[in-house]
Amino acid sequence: MSRVSVPCHVKGTVALQVGDVRTSQGRPGVLVIDVTFPSVAPFELQEIMFKNYYTAFLSIRVRQHTSAHTPAEWVTCLRDYCLMPDPHSEEGAQEYVSLTKSQMLCDMASVTELRLILRQPSPLWLSFTVEELQIYQQGPKSPSMTFPKWLSHPVPFEQPAPLLEGLPDPSKISSEVQQMWALTEIVRASHTSTRIGRFDVDGCYDLNLLSYT
Amino acid sequence: MRKAQGSWEKRILKSLNSMCTELSIPLARKRPAVEQKELLNKWNEMGTDEPDLSLFRPVYAPKDFLEVLINLRNPNYENGDSLSFRTHLGLIQVPLKVKGIPELKEFFVELSLTTGQLGIDDSTQVPPELFENEHVRIGQKVLAEQDSAAAQQYVRQGSPTALRAELWTLILNISSQPEDILYYEQLKTNVIQHDLLVDSLIYKDVKLTASNDDYYFVFEDYLYQVLLCFSRDTSVLGHFAYNSASPPKSYIRGKLGLEEYAVFYPPNGVIPFHGFSMYVAPLCFLYHEPSKLYQIFREMYVRFFFRLHSISSHPSGIVSLCLLFETLLQTYLPQLFYHLREIGAQPLRISFKWMVRAFSGYLATDQLLLLWDRILGYNSLEILAVLAAAVFAFRAVNLMEVTSLAAAEAVLADLSTLKVMPLLQIFLFATVT
Repeated sequence: MSRVSVPCHVKGTVALQVGDVRTSQGRPGVLVIDVTFPSVAPFELQEIMFKNYYTAFLSIRVRQHTSAHTPAEWVTCLRDYCLMPDPHSEEGAQEYVSLTKSQMLCDMASVTELRLILRQPSPLWLSFTVEELQIYQQGPKSPSMTFPKWLSHPVPFEQPAPLLEGLPDPSKISSEVQQMWALTEIVRASHTSTRIGRFDVDGCYDLNLLSYT
Repeated sequence: MRKAQGSWEKRILKSLNSMCTELSIPLARKRPAVEQKELLNKWNEMGTDEPDLSLFRPVYAPKDFLEVLINLRNPNYENGDSLSFRTHLGLIQVPLKVKGIPELKEFFVELSLTTGQLGIDDSTQVPPELFENEHVRIGQKVLAEQDSAAAQQYVRQGSPTALRAELWTLILNISSQPEDILYYEQLKTNVIQHDLLVDSLIYKDVKLTASNDDYYFVFEDYLYQVLLCFSRDTSVLGHFAYNSASPPKSYIRGKLGLEEYAVFYPPNGVIPFHGFSMYVAPLCFLYHEPSKLYQIFREMYVRFFFRLHSISSHPSGIVSLCLLFETLLQTYLPQLFYHLREIGAQPLRISFKWMVRAFSGYLATDQLLLLWDRILGYNSLEILAVLAAAVFAFRAVNLMEVTSLAAAEAVLADLSTLKVMPLLQIFLFATVT
C-alpha cells in the first residue's frame, strides 16, 4: 500500500548518564532522540525506517493526540527491539531497518511526538546512533474506479453499416490485421536475454590505462 | 570494509598500470592474422611456448593482501591501549561474529564421530561392507535421480572418486548443452583475436606455481586453456552484484570519459594474483574436456573462490575465515597461541596462504578433493579455517619447541602427508576443552 513521508524534526541526541558527564570515565550507554512533527497534524503512523549505526537495542515511546482535555502521556510502543544480536560484534551494526505499525504494542492512530531510546551496553564502541530516520504515514487510498457506462452496460448488437462498393470486407481485413499484430507481439515477447558476450566496442579493444574512479 | 576494498583495488590498478607503462606493453592488443593462426595451431600445447616473462611480476601475492587485512580498523571501535576483555591478540582487529566450536559442531554435524566419512571409513583396515559400499550405492541412486539438493547433502560425507565428477556437476548445476560448448569456443576465438597483458600474468603464474608442482605440472596446457578463456568471459561480471569488489574500468584509446566507450579490463573483471591458477589445477583431475572443466571452474569461482580475495564481512569471506581461525586457536590452544605470539610467529601469517588458496597445492590431491567435497556440501568456506586450526593442533607439540617464525614455518611447511578428515573430526568432536 502506498505510504507518504512525513516531514519531521529530529532533535539532537541526549545522553542519559548517572553523574557528571565530564568527570565520569565511561561513555553513555543510553541515548534519547526526540522526533517532533511541527507542521503536520496528528497522523496515523505506518512505518519507521532508519539506518542503524551500532545501536544494540531500541525502544520507542509515542505521545498521541487525545480529544479530551487530559494531557497526552507517553506510551511505550516498542520495547527493547534487538538490532544487534551480539552487542560486541559487528552483526547488524550498520543495517537498514524498517518497523511497521503491526510490530508496535499500541495503536498508532494519532501520533504527535516520538521518542527513540537507544541502548548500547557494550563498551567497545565509541559512539552509536541511528541515521537517516524517516517516518511514513498511510498514503491516500487509491480511488475506487467507476467504469464508464458503455463498458458496464454494453449496447445490444448493432447491424453493421452496409458495405461501400468496391471495398473489401472489413471483418476479413480486421482479422488479418489481428493476426499480424499477434505475430509482432510474439516476436517482441521472445526477446532473448542471453548475453552476446562482447567485451569490445565495435571490434576495438585498444585501451588506455585503467582508470581509478 | 567497502572503503578498504576500494583502496586495495586502487593499489592493484596502480600496480598494473605501472607495469604497463614500464614495460611499454599495451593492456590489450589485437593479434595480427599470422599470429592468430599460429596460436590456433598451438592451442593444445601452449605450455611448450616459452615467452620471455622475466620482466613480469605478479600483481600481488597473498602476503600483500594479508597486510591490508591486518590494517583493517573500524573507526568506531575502541582500540584502547589497555588490554580489555575483547582485545584481539591475533592479527585481525575487526570484531566480526564468528562461530564457536559448539556452533561449528552443529553446523558440521555430518562430520561427527558417529557418522561414516569417506576419508576415514574407506581406509583399507575398515571392511567396505560397514560403510563404503552402502555410501557408493546411495551415490549412484542420487545420480540416477539427478537430485541436486540430495547430492549436496550426500557429499557432506565425502564423494566416491568414481562419482565425484558427476556429483559436482549436479551440485553446481552445470549442463553440457551444445550452447555451452559453443560459448566456450567463442571465448577461445576471443583469446585468439586479442592479446591481453593479463595473459602474460597468467602465463607467469602457471609457470611459477602449477608447473612446479609434482601433481599438477601435467595439466599445464589445460590451465592455459581455462584461464585465458576465463579472463575473456563477460558473464563473470554478473558475480560483482554480490561481491564487495568492483571490476576495473577503462576507456577505448582517445575516448577517455565517454561512457559509450567504457569497457571492463580484463573482460571478466578479475585480475589474477600469484597462485590464482591453483584454483583450477585440482579440477583437472576430474574433468578432461576443456569446456566442461571451464564451466565447473567458473561456477566454483563465482560461488566460492572470489570470497577468498575480496574484503567483506560475509561469514565465508576471507576476513571472517582469518578471525575464525585465530579465535579457534586462542580458545582451544591458548598455550600454543601465546607461545607463537611471543616468538613473533603469529599463526595467521603461516595459515593465511593455505586459506587463500583453499589448501590447493599444500595437501595431497585426494585429500584436497575430499575437503572441497565438504565446501560444496556445506556451501561455506568455514571448513578451511577449521582445518587450519586442526593442523596447528596436530603439530602443536613440535610447534611448542620452536623459537622463531622461520622454524615454525618449517614445521608446517609440508602438509602433503596429512589426512584431512581425521584431523577435522578430532578437532571438532574429540578435543577435550
